[in-house]
Amino acid sequence: MIVTDKKPLQEVLEALSEYNRIFVVGCGSCAAASRTGGEDECKAWIRDLGSKGKEPAGYLIPEETCHVFLLKSMIRQSEAASSADAFLVLACGAGIQAVSAASDKPIVAGLNSMFLGTTYRAGEFLKYCSMCGNCVLSYTAGICPVTRCPKGLLNGPCGGMINSMCEVDNSMKCIWIDIYERLRLRNKQNVLTAINKPKTNNSMKHRKVEPLKFSGKAR
Amino acid sequence: MSLLRDAIKNNEFVITAELSPRKGTLVTNFIKMVHSLKGRVHAINITDNQRAIMRMSSLAASYLVLREGVEPVYQITCRDRNRLALQSDLLGASALGIKNVLALTGDHPSAGDFPEAKPVFDLDATTLLHTITKLNSGFDLNDHPLKGHTDLFAGAALTPQAQPLEPVLLAMERKINAGAKFFQTQPVFDTDAFASFMSKINRFGIPVMAGILLLHSAEQAVNLNTQVPGIHIPDTLIKRLESSSDPHNEGIDIAVELTGRLRGISRGMHIMTVGQERDILTLLERI
Repeated sequence: MIVTDKKPLQEVLEALSEYNRIFVVGCGSCAAASRTGGEDECKAWIRDLGSKGKEPAGYLIPEETCHVFLLKSMIRQSEAASSADAFLVLACGAGIQAVSAASDKPIVAGLNSMFLGTTYRAGEFLKYCSMCGNCVLSYTAGICPVTRCPKGLLNGPCGGMINSMCEVDNSMKCIWIDIYERLRLRNKQNVLTAINKPKTNNSMKHRKVEPLKFSGKAR
Repeated sequence: MSLLRDAIKNNEFVITAELSPRKGTLVTNFIKMVHSLKGRVHAINITDNQRAIMRMSSLAASYLVLREGVEPVYQITCRDRNRLALQSDLLGASALGIKNVLALTGDHPSAGDFPEAKPVFDLDATTLLHTITKLNSGFDLNDHPLKGHTDLFAGAALTPQAQPLEPVLLAMERKINAGAKFFQTQPVFDTDAFASFMSKINRFGIPVMAGILLLHSAEQAVNLNTQVPGIHIPDTLIKRLESSSDPHNEGIDIAVELTGRLRGISRGMHIMTVGQERDILTLLERI
């Protein structure tokens, strides 16, 4: 689940300043669950844009906005979309770029993409994964220090751990203490004397800008 | 050859003091302090943007110390540099004649004067120690051969009063596995607790130098307790500073007493201050 946050209206209006007739594209997956790009939110944007002198052209909520092929046919079939000066997209960065790839219309982002979230319960998300491309969860008791330690340390705890809490935010438990306690339950805490090698930063490597196949290999 | 390494090997009670590079380019007072400490300490630790507050580079300041004929312990953190920059700085340090390095993870930028800075932490203290071990053996972190290897005596930091202790001991063992040859601790104020800690790590057979932090007021002690990770000053000492007519001198008395008790427990001491560097000289005169 990609967690998104609504951009301030003023910022969006500035980005839309050259355009009058605006078509809103929401997202039926993550942004709907984030309550930033579902039916209610699309209607609210239409209302707000109208009240600020814009001419809303309508809205569309694809099941998955991050799906270029699906979007192409949906946008082609929508008369309201083709009549618009610009699209306001209520989706994550992947969704916004899918709309941009599926249409020639100017695109304005209505949301900020925050993180890959684990849903705790409806509307509550936890930042547990950074999609680093170099998963260490097998060695860290199923708890990700890359994401959940503010320093992303592979060999913790650091000297900033005080009474199990984190130096960066003393209301937050040191994630390396969680990892240690989980390992200790299985009497496996001695694995912490082994050195976790530096990350290979796989996900930061340049990828060819062309589709990837399901195997994950570049074409 | 590192004189610090020799002193440890010869079982001397090793004394190091910590100086901060200045925020700016004027080094006159810094050099004066280095001169005052010459011959009175085995080495001077030079901090690396400690508390994430931007200052002159610890590499440049370490070289200034070395140029005055005093051995520096070049502190290097993983907060501001990735593995390329860390390795190239370590090669540079070695070429300049620096022999001792203290490998640290580093405070998070959120604590300092550039909270918006990107935290790097490409390596951590453990993998930095591993990197130094490799550079000493003539190879870089990716096993490329070096034309001339480093000869760095590498140490690490330790928080003896940490709770829970077991994960800290496991991390200490991991740092030893990675190549730590000595440890300098966060400030010690309770020597009984420290002695009990030392009995738990005797099995590693590694030299540990106890941190001594010079206090100068009760207010400072209270602030340190709340603001600095890893520092715990007991109430009894805060009360002593509070009720003293000369708290500054009382702080030095406390450090003198702690030093006396630490002589039987640790292999040396590491003197720190918060902006009162002249107090280091007063303490050295009294021990």
